[in-house]
Amino acid sequence: MINDIHLSSSKAKGKRPYFLEDRAVEQVLNITMAVASEVAVLHERLDTIERLLGSKNILQTAEIEAFTPNSEQAEERQRWHASYIARVLRIVQQELEALQQDPENNRSMEEIAEELGRI
Amino acid sequence: MNNPVINLPPVYSLIGRHEVFPEVSHDETARYNFLANLNRHLSTVVSPANKIAFEKRVEPNFKQENGRDFQTRDEVKEAMKSDPHYQTWAALRRSTMEMRQQAGRSMTLRQADYLAKKVAELNAKSPETLILSATVKTPYYLEIMDNHCMPGSYHTELFAGDVSNAANYDSGLFVTSGGALGKLTDGGGKAISSWVLSNAPDFKPKRILDIGCGLGHNTLPLAMAFPDAEVIGIDTGTPMLRYGHARAVALGIKNVKFMQLNAEDTGFETESFDWIQTTMFLHETSMKAMFKIGKEIFRMLKPNGLSLHIEQPQYSDKMSLFEQFIRDWDAFNNNEPFWGAMHDVDMFDWIVESGFKKENLLSFGARSINDNEDHTKPKAPEVEDHGRSAIWNVFGAWKK
Repeated sequence: MINDIHLSSSKAKGKRPYFLEDRAVEQVLNITMAVASEVAVLHERLDTIERLLGSKNILQTAEIEAFTPNSEQAEERQRWHASYIARVLRIVQQELEALQQDPENNRSMEEIAEELGRI
Repeated sequence: MNNPVINLPPVYSLIGRHEVFPEVSHDETARYNFLANLNRHLSTVVSPANKIAFEKRVEPNFKQENGRDFQTRDEVKEAMKSDPHYQTWAALRRSTMEMRQQAGRSMTLRQADYLAKKVAELNAKSPETLILSATVKTPYYLEIMDNHCMPGSYHTELFAGDVSNAANYDSGLFVTSGGALGKLTDGGGKAISSWVLSNAPDFKPKRILDIGCGLGHNTLPLAMAFPDAEVIGIDTGTPMLRYGHARAVALGIKNVKFMQLNAEDTGFETESFDWIQTTMFLHETSMKAMFKIGKEIFRMLKPNGLSLHIEQPQYSDKMSLFEQFIRDWDAFNNNEPFWGAMHDVDMFDWIVESGFKKENLLSFGARSINDNEDHTKPKAPEVEDHGRSAIWNVFGAWKK
């Protein structure tokens, strides 16, 4: 018998590149993204349960397994994913906005404090 | 309710299923939905900012320090490495690819015994169309690392008859491509067969060879478009061939045969095929192997035969160093190490070197034929996902 739990997370042959200067930060990022994924999984499961509870008063596991969203529900779910991901990656978007912003709108509070104390 | 137009990937429950497709639980479906959406977010929101970071700070800093422009994409690569936005994007993108493998493996490995049994049953229905050969070795260029960061790549069997790696591959293309390759991930094969049908209406191939066929997702559209032809898919990966053959049997495609052969030296008779196809295959070989394969294709092709190859666009002087760098990213970071060198080759030179005449060369653009697209919904403008969009360059030649 194969140990599917262990083998599922096997490393691919070839050295893994790291991109962040601190490897520990990148490892935390990977763990965080895995948790984010599982939150999404939970959300979808709950979504299914709620939809089923809404339409019937009986809840069976087989029904959860068999449930597939119709096109309208699918659209709602995918929108949920889009907003969820944007929420989790908020800091990335903010850095991106800072990059595009006029420097006037991105001054440090130390600098502004100094100026406001002066004028 | 505010519903801006966003191009959302199709939900995983729309994927095309067949008898050997793994069973997908509710949570596994949700995990893939998360990953498809995460990929979409990275490619449309986070990745485009690499160019902004490049233009706003990486390039000006380089110019200031060196008193000149970038001259090579390696210089761009080195300079980008210290950009914080690039670091975040790259770390996230690598993470999604590893998560995709984990998600697919946890789904297929838990049912590996069942999948192996199912595949064996289907293969027993048509044993004459699956020809495996224990003497065919995994080529060095596939053995040296695991392609696409797939642990075990195309060739590993965890036990005799194991097809879990092939099933994993089959299950995940829908996720990494955001459904752009269609329900059965056959958008490339459909695109090429529809091009041949409409552009060469008098061409009636009797024997078609698909090199590096993998699990046959782009081979079957050729067999369906040319039902009177004998279509042969060759590959070196045993699990891929076993699973691919069972998949073809399950889908009821009868005019296709799967054979375990190395494309560099197939042993097929000279001038024995009317059409020889490769689809997203050449970049997974090596320089010498690719030139050997070119000559082998020319040898096997009948006079007036056609050879076509689907790849992402080649790099050229016309492509900016930044675009080359971003297209080259997967070469280093998604284990496709020949990608860069292959895309530097002028493929017309490769075809001529293979034996074809210059005046018989052809090239055209192709776009995946995607049955996941819902044309009733409004679409936002597409953001080009360099090197990863289902938009290809096709090059090839008639043997005249």
